Amino acid sequence: MRYMMLIHHDEAALAKAPPLWGDYAAFTEAIEKAGVSYEPGPRLQPSSAASTVRVASDKTAVLDGPYADTKEQLAGFFMIDAPDLDQAIAWAARCPSARYGSIEIRPLHQG
Amino acid sequence: MPAAAADEAGRAAERVARESFGRLVALLAARTRDVAAAEDALSEAFAAALRQWPEGGVPDNPAAWLITVARRRGEDAARRRAVEAGGANRLALVAEELEQAALSPEAIPDRRLALMFACAHPAIDPAMRAPLILQAVLGLTAEDIAAAFLVPPATMGQRLVRAKARIRDADIPFSVPDPGELPERLAAVLEAIYAAYARGWRELGDGAPRLAEEAIWLGQVVVGLIPDEPEAKGMLALMLYAEARRSARRTDDGAFVPLEAQDVALWDRGALLYAEQLLREASAAGPSGRYQLEAAIQSAHVARRLRGAATWPAILGLYDHLLVLTGSPVVALNRAVALAETEGPRAALDALGPLADDERLAGYQPYWAARGDLLARAGRHGEAREALTRALGLADEPAVRTYLRTRIESLRPDA
Repeated sequence: MRYMMLIHHDEAALAKAPPLWGDYAAFTEAIEKAGVSYEPGPRLQPSSAASTVRVASDKTAVLDGPYADTKEQLAGFFMIDAPDLDQAIAWAARCPSARYGSIEIRPLHQG
Repeated sequence: MPAAAADEAGRAAERVARESFGRLVALLAARTRDVAAAEDALSEAFAAALRQWPEGGVPDNPAAWLITVARRRGEDAARRRAVEAGGANRLALVAEELEQAALSPEAIPDRRLALMFACAHPAIDPAMRAPLILQAVLGLTAEDIAAAFLVPPATMGQRLVRAKARIRDADIPFSVPDPGELPERLAAVLEAIYAAYARGWRELGDGAPRLAEEAIWLGQVVVGLIPDEPEAKGMLALMLYAEARRSARRTDDGAFVPLEAQDVALWDRGALLYAEQLLREASAAGPSGRYQLEAAIQSAHVARRLRGAATWPAILGLYDHLLVLTGSPVVALNRAVALAETEGPRAALDALGPLADDERLAGYQPYWAARGDLLARAGRHGEAREALTRALGLADEPAVRTYLRTRIESLRPDA
């Protein structure tokens, strides 16, 4: 089953944390060498750089910032092909970002 | 009452409630094979016991109390559900068992072992055996079990429902197998209990319920019910050896402490003595099985750290036996680590050679950590960095990650 792993960061907590790139390099290497089919996704700029567009009743509204003002913000994603949900969860738990936010696991429609 | 004592009294009361719950589920489900119906019949009474007993004290006859409350509260609900679900027959049987039990609540036989054999039956998915036992025998909730097994609560709930339906629909027997079949079937029960312990091994906080404690409790129940089975004692001893070191395996700041660096003053001597006694009894009784060998290895570690005894050769010998018995790559890995202590890191790396392409180890964090450690000790820092980096990528515990990161940073940068 293919899963999209949506990374959400608590941006305030992340700002105080040491850089994650070392742990991310290790995570990527481990996941690739474990023979799991894996596609890294692009890294997003912080939610302060976001703009949100909505069209309602033929009126276009543009807002500064992300679509919802929550503690954790979308920061990026990656795709994996895991045999089952349990193994997808195991990889999410190993993802360095999990300590500074959450990883949402979304199965893809098949076919 | 001081808070700590109240807490302890509360835990003792909870223990009694779980003990009575398990006995009653085992009794009520034996004839109907319907674990869910048995749990249903008791759920409200059990919830009331968990609420009331820690505060107001445990009643003189806990089982009788549960039966009385279950009959009072359950009758209407059971009747309603029976009509809706069309399962009137089985539910009537459960109610009948409850009435029977009410006649002589002091003489309820302990059939929990039969219940455990049903939960760990070959027809049940091996991954669900431990969760089933934790729910049916101890009354843990799907939420608590899900948290320990790292799956969403609703998913764990569905899996438990399906597994119980399988016990009922496949007519899995509630009985202790015949002597000829017993060792193999018992191995599945022990494996499930040990899997629960392994999940609980990681728990470091004070969060209740403590899965490791519950697994040890189950081990004691099994040993109490079949005291002549050496492997049951061996497994209980193995869990106790590990549990005795719990408070020594992290520093006050939560940093990981490997066995060789642990402060032995923090080890629980009472638990160690109990483990040693169990291991002696187990090994005196018959041939050595997997758990006895693993417990003996722990015993040798204890003798080395506490008394300075030179036990690495003995440990290596025990791993040789264990490897023949199990053929497990994890055992081969541990054997190689022991070999490093008697013949040095190069011999150990040679021994690891055949494992390099074993797919089962590709995602096994301890393998890459041990391999990296051996490579570093052999002076091969570049390869060590690579192996430790893979271990870091596979680790999900912050303490282990910090330990590995420090280890990587300590390697020479250019080698």
